[in-house]
Amino acid sequence: MSENATALQARALARLETIWDNEQLEAWRVEYIGRKGAVNALFEQISALPHTERGAFGKTANELKLALEAAFNAKIGAIKQIELSKALEAEPLDVTLPGRRPSRGHIHPTIQTLQEIYKIFGEMGFQVYRTRQVETDIMNFQLLNIPPFHPARDNWSTFYVAGSDEKVLLRTHTSPGQIRAMRAAYPNPVRAILPGLCYRYEQVSARYEIQFNQVEGIVVGHNITFGNLKGTLTEFARRMFGERPVRFYGDHFPFTEPSAQMDVRCIICEGRGTDALCKYTGWLEILGSGMVHPQVLRNGGYDPNEWSGFAFGMGPERIAMLKHGITDIRNFWNNDLRFLEQF
Amino acid sequence: MKVPVSWLQDFVDLTLPIPELAEKLTFAGLEVEDIEYIGVPPASNEQDANAKGLVWARDKIFVAQLIEALPHPNADRLKIVRVAYGASAPAEMVTGAPNINVGDSGQKVVLALEGSRLYDGHKEGRVFMTLKKSKIRGVESAAMVCSEKELGLSEEHEGIIILPDDAPVGTPLADYWGDVVLTVKINPNFARAQSVLGVAREVAALTGQRVRLPQTWDTQERGAPETAFVNIEIADARLCPRFAALLIRGVKIKPSPQWLQQRLLRAGMRPINNVVDITNYVMLGYGKPLHAFDYDALIARANGGVPKILVRPARAGEQMQTLDGQLRSFHAHDILVTDARGPVGIGGIMGGSETEVSDATQNVLLESAIFDFISIRRTTAEQKLPSEAATRFGRGIPASQNIAPARVAAALMRDLADGTIEPTLADNYPLPQTTPTIDVTRRDVKRILGIELTLAEMEQLLRALDFAVTAPHADTLRVTPPDYRADVEGTADVLEELVRLYGFEKIPSVLMADALPPLEGNAALEQEQTARAILIEMGLQEIVTYAFTQPAHEARLAPNERAEKIFPLPQRAYVSIENPISAERSALRQTLLPNLLDIAASNLRHTKRVALFEIGSVFLTRHAGETQVGDLPEDASLPLEPRRLALLLTGPRALPTWQTTDVAPFDFYDLKGILEELGAGLHLDELNFAARAHPMLHPGRAAEMRIGAESVGVFGELHPLTREKWALPAQAVLVGEFDLEKILAHTDARFIIQPISRYPAVVQDIALWVDESIEGARVEQLIRQTGGALLRDARLFDVYRGAPLPVGKKSLAYTLTFQALDHVLSDADAGKARDKIVNRLTREIGAELRRSGAG
Repeated sequence: MSENATALQARALARLETIWDNEQLEAWRVEYIGRKGAVNALFEQISALPHTERGAFGKTANELKLALEAAFNAKIGAIKQIELSKALEAEPLDVTLPGRRPSRGHIHPTIQTLQEIYKIFGEMGFQVYRTRQVETDIMNFQLLNIPPFHPARDNWSTFYVAGSDEKVLLRTHTSPGQIRAMRAAYPNPVRAILPGLCYRYEQVSARYEIQFNQVEGIVVGHNITFGNLKGTLTEFARRMFGERPVRFYGDHFPFTEPSAQMDVRCIICEGRGTDALCKYTGWLEILGSGMVHPQVLRNGGYDPNEWSGFAFGMGPERIAMLKHGITDIRNFWNNDLRFLEQF
Repeated sequence: MKVPVSWLQDFVDLTLPIPELAEKLTFAGLEVEDIEYIGVPPASNEQDANAKGLVWARDKIFVAQLIEALPHPNADRLKIVRVAYGASAPAEMVTGAPNINVGDSGQKVVLALEGSRLYDGHKEGRVFMTLKKSKIRGVESAAMVCSEKELGLSEEHEGIIILPDDAPVGTPLADYWGDVVLTVKINPNFARAQSVLGVAREVAALTGQRVRLPQTWDTQERGAPETAFVNIEIADARLCPRFAALLIRGVKIKPSPQWLQQRLLRAGMRPINNVVDITNYVMLGYGKPLHAFDYDALIARANGGVPKILVRPARAGEQMQTLDGQLRSFHAHDILVTDARGPVGIGGIMGGSETEVSDATQNVLLESAIFDFISIRRTTAEQKLPSEAATRFGRGIPASQNIAPARVAAALMRDLADGTIEPTLADNYPLPQTTPTIDVTRRDVKRILGIELTLAEMEQLLRALDFAVTAPHADTLRVTPPDYRADVEGTADVLEELVRLYGFEKIPSVLMADALPPLEGNAALEQEQTARAILIEMGLQEIVTYAFTQPAHEARLAPNERAEKIFPLPQRAYVSIENPISAERSALRQTLLPNLLDIAASNLRHTKRVALFEIGSVFLTRHAGETQVGDLPEDASLPLEPRRLALLLTGPRALPTWQTTDVAPFDFYDLKGILEELGAGLHLDELNFAARAHPMLHPGRAAEMRIGAESVGVFGELHPLTREKWALPAQAVLVGEFDLEKILAHTDARFIIQPISRYPAVVQDIALWVDESIEGARVEQLIRQTGGALLRDARLFDVYRGAPLPVGKKSLAYTLTFQALDHVLSDADAGKARDKIVNRLTREIGAELRRSGAG
């Protein structure tokens, strides 16, 4: 009988060797170790055996059963492994085909730049204060030391509102916000940026638009110096344009004195003066600034003998143009999706 | 302003290379915008890009003199010329110049030898060529006498340049005629620098030099209003603080000498004749505009008597023909120079034609006067007469600077026009210039500039700028600006002068240590940013458009002109522009949507899918009593500027790709879904929607968005007729416009979230048949109300019409999710809750339960 078991084991294992799919494996299981399989048939023979042989036979049969089950389990693992390998090799994707892209919107580049400016100044304690766009001549000019017909008005070609008793206009700069911010804050110190649309009567070209954004900044305090102006704006330039030299030089605004222009080292030519972006000067004009004129402080409600301050103004479109190589300011208002979707 | 460096050197020695000088001037506030090199090479350390223009080789291009001009053997129009240029042998060449004739000799010309780099005189524009030896009609020619075009001086190529008789033969042309011209931007506060002398003063201050003034320069000279040759009366000293005149007799009107013409040209003015050129020359050189009258014309108008000049405001309706030939009418704010017969000039702006200098003029009355700059600017703008003179007057000229430049002009008329100067000065000076005295302390310097300067340092800086300085106290300087400056009025001005000369770059950068103001943030802006971010996430593109519009353009939104004007259709008088740039930009918008439609239309030329939004202000003429955030009392009549949000969708939801994608066209529910999600993101708990007809919208596809009972805007499918007005393709265009401020007023950063249950949910689907007239929102509202706390969610997953439903019925299928927070909900309890819902729906809206089961 034990010979029988040995032969059965050899036959079963030899057969198992040749099996490489689950269907045949299942047939094998049924044939050998299933409920009505060959191994169980062996066990059924036990009752027919003499008592003395039953123990040894049973042991042999049990060993046979365990051996075949172990082989069976090993085979399951092996087949799974092979099937996994096959599955992993089947139908590889062309990973270079385009992915399924969700539609994503884009913030308008001017607004993105504004947000960046808010963030940088926000971290320096500046709050955003928005003020109105249709202004009086008094607010836009006169309280900023620009009386009617003053030569300084040449710099601000103005759209006037028809039919108003006092002169009403579209603000030509965000600077009237200086007065508004001061009047709102007095007697507290002021540290605010004033963003928004401004309007100038210009011939529209790649460089000039009749509508554009500006960001004004104003600081008023008890110990504010030109050194603070330089420190604050240098820090802004570092955050906005990276670590690069800046320079300040004399400029003129009727509402600040002294006044200074700030340039940063050209981001293309790095100061070599080889690029049209900086008009071959190696420097990019970024903003105008200055110490708030004593009369403007007074107009805002502050005593210039007690308080001092600085103000500055910059164009987010210009900054976006510099940072992204935009050569035509009209792009910002044309709203061509092919332009906007690149941001 | 153009400043030829050769002219600048009349007044000051230049101790720095041009680029360094230009940088110094720029840093001090006198921006040098351009440096033009005429015939001379740019400084070596500059980039090639700056080296525009031609360099006249010093070993090839010379001042030369014509020895003889001989006929060309083979061509009538050509000549063979021999010129001397200092070399042992003269140069010989062929020329076709029409201003050289056979037999000529002695003219001074410009000679270019073989190998010279020039502009090609025969080609359009500026094309370089190198002069080569060639045969011209059989005669060898290796050199050339040059035209202005060939040397890059002008486009003139009719004849060759004839130099002045005193031009030094053999001198390289670059030495004789080369120059550098600076273009200087004059800010309004630099009125004093609007002349070569003014720039020279700045150069002197910045480089430690002194300016050279003409020997006759005297800013103290005064005369009398009544003289033997003219009497001067001034009606209003504020309009004309000073009026003076000199008489130059026996002038000969002729062209100015070459050097003077050259200077005018390089400074950007055209030469006319010697007398006119001299007035312009003095204006450009010394900053004082002058006017030359034909004195005999004035005498004729005075019937042979002594002319009486009266400077006075114009009378209403008064007229004069100006020397540009135009008859002009004046207002009471215009200043006229008049005589017994009426106006002879608009003060400071333009003379009258009757008394202008002509070729026949023999005696010149030279006017030098000071006018109120505001009045000048106003008249200049009204009469549309901008000029170099008006620009200078319009920025203010101190009265002390009135006589000395006139003396320079008179001397030039003597030297260049053979005139005789009448020594007497006619001068009415009723309003003498005041000179301020300003105290500046070391504390001022420290407090505003943030630096420590000693009094001696301050004094040194200010003296370089010709300020008179005393030190009345230990820490105070008492300063008086020079008489040629009218722009220094207070301490701030003096501080600006100090920092300009000290150097902005030397002031240390220091971060602020000052107390921070109370930080309040800007809630409205932050909420707006949140709304923007949500819309971006949902695939909408932000645009920013013009605030300008045309009322007719906005009116096109409503296809029926008599339609009721309701939000967002324009409802108020427009804020209109007095001086619009075009009819299309003549008013400020009252609605954002027309711009979105414009932008959609322009983009649909190159794409099919457009999904846009804009956040921006509209402008509404204010009704009495209306206010807005940030108003000051004086703003009560200014327009309201509310913020709006507008959206637009059209085209496929997605552009087709190689994969299966939902490319169905955007419809009403796409827009509504975006609004719902926006509401969820902003936590607008009371957001709801209702059908609402609107003239611009498709009647059956229009709705309003509400928060609670308040309407915040309308949306829906654009009316087909409106769509046609924008020439949009025949596809659904979904639009909406909302009052952003109303929406954001309902957002609350402190929203409360719902707890999440740890127990399993029971999901049940129900399908209900209801009448077509029952709105989905009503059904859902009843479901939610009745389901109470156990109903976790109710989601509509199917809407069906058609067989087997009878006409007039629709089937709505919902997935109901029941869940308890504190225990496992049994199927039986969920079933009870569901039955309660169904019963209520049956009772209140006649719904019929057709199917139910586990979800």
